[in-house]
Amino acid sequence: MKTKTYNFFEMMLPVALILVGWQLVVWLSGVPSFILPGPIKVAGAFISNIGLIAEHGWVTLIEVVLGLLLGGALGVMTALYLMISARANRLLMPVLVLSQTVPVFALAPMLTLWLGYGLSSKIAMAVLIIFFPVTSTFLDGLRNTPSGFLEMAQSMRATPLRSLFLVRVPAALPSLASGLRLAAVYAPIGAVIGEWVGASQGLGYLMLLANGRVKIDLMFAALIALCLITVTLRWLINIAGRKIEHWSCPQSGSSAA
Amino acid sequence: MATSAHLQGSVRFGDEVLFDQLELNIPAKQWTCLLGASGVGKSTILKLIGGLPTGGQFDGSIEFKCALPNGGSSAPRIAYMAQSDLLLPWLSVRENVLIGSRLRGDDANKSLADQLIAKVGLQAHGNKRPHQLSGGMRQRVALARTLMEDTPLVLLDEPFSALDARTRFEMQALAFDVLAEKTVLLVTHDVSEAVRLGHQLFVLSPGHVDSLSPDLQSPLRELNNADVLDFQSRVLLALNAQNVSTRA
Repeated sequence: MKTKTYNFFEMMLPVALILVGWQLVVWLSGVPSFILPGPIKVAGAFISNIGLIAEHGWVTLIEVVLGLLLGGALGVMTALYLMISARANRLLMPVLVLSQTVPVFALAPMLTLWLGYGLSSKIAMAVLIIFFPVTSTFLDGLRNTPSGFLEMAQSMRATPLRSLFLVRVPAALPSLASGLRLAAVYAPIGAVIGEWVGASQGLGYLMLLANGRVKIDLMFAALIALCLITVTLRWLINIAGRKIEHWSCPQSGSSAA
Repeated sequence: MATSAHLQGSVRFGDEVLFDQLELNIPAKQWTCLLGASGVGKSTILKLIGGLPTGGQFDGSIEFKCALPNGGSSAPRIAYMAQSDLLLPWLSVRENVLIGSRLRGDDANKSLADQLIAKVGLQAHGNKRPHQLSGGMRQRVALARTLMEDTPLVLLDEPFSALDARTRFEMQALAFDVLAEKTVLLVTHDVSEAVRLGHQLFVLSPGHVDSLSPDLQSPLRELNNADVLDFQSRVLLALNAQNVSTRA
């Protein structure tokens, strides 16, 4: 516990320094608050608009969580499918890699056109943005099973599918966890892009709205709410990920070939 | 169910010939030891017999003979035990012992697994995970898993080499005891281990195999016996002679 509190303070120190620096820049430069509000003013806007921020933050949170669940499930299933079928791997992998050269941002207007202004276009954005990191990290993990485990399974005449689910998948869970950690950071980006392009709810929408009314302090407050959502999600996934890693590999490398 | 194996052929890795016209006879219900310096291809032979990928090309034949009335020459099921215990870290001791039947989709014989865990002296540890056990205990679990497979042919790839001297000595006796009815092929670089356990020994060197059948009591041999020590020095000499001829 002691090291944990220490880590927490250690973690908060640079954040505090940034906030102090930010406030100093605002005071010393005398920049007007509609250009750059200081952190104190942003905190004030956060508190006085807490209802508004919570309402829009809730929408974004739902989009992000649903996006994570759907994108994660889709990524896991795709990686498994590519692992099972050599043909799918040959045919699909180039398409998947190619699809990553298309900036997801460019797809946002089309997704809004096709799926409308509601939640689904934002969820789709989040899914699109996290799908590839989840697929590729999990696939890497599935392919890097210690060869000794596989030789043992082969000598036991394991069926390929059982070998996949009893050996490869458990051994690949730490890789999946790191993919999901990335996804926790990317998914909110996807959702907010979707909200910028066209929405009537959500933190991205609130930021645009505040920007248009020159309420820059509210815009920053919405941004901070977004950061809080992302950090919390990443923290939760990190805890789950550590549990999975400990389960799959209690002393990493000690008994693996 | 006793199985003997006969291997004949050559192994190449690309242009490099690992063995040319190698011939090995592995008699049923005996311990056959393969000795040799690292990189000479001991594990490759073991993998060939086990039907595992070696990364090289093999030209030749491997024949198995089953001592059953209807015994064919098809490859029998083999069990494989390596230097690293290869226990799945996310499974308990019992689940690791049962992994073979789960991987094949057979019914798991849990009471047999518990018996075998007791046989290797781990009855109090069936629910523990591998990382909670010492290296010697983990190798015992691997031995129980090998026994659980109940195969006529057992391939051991330096299974005791990572253990400390005393644990190794105990594990050799335990393995010899519990694998008494099996045909065993043991790859090792430990001369005294081969002398202690082997009904017959093959000393491998590039392009050459020396067969040494000790004219001694059958294993498990006492290493302080004068004849055994004499044989051990003969094996050492054979190994060294080959090393010299390799360098020349």
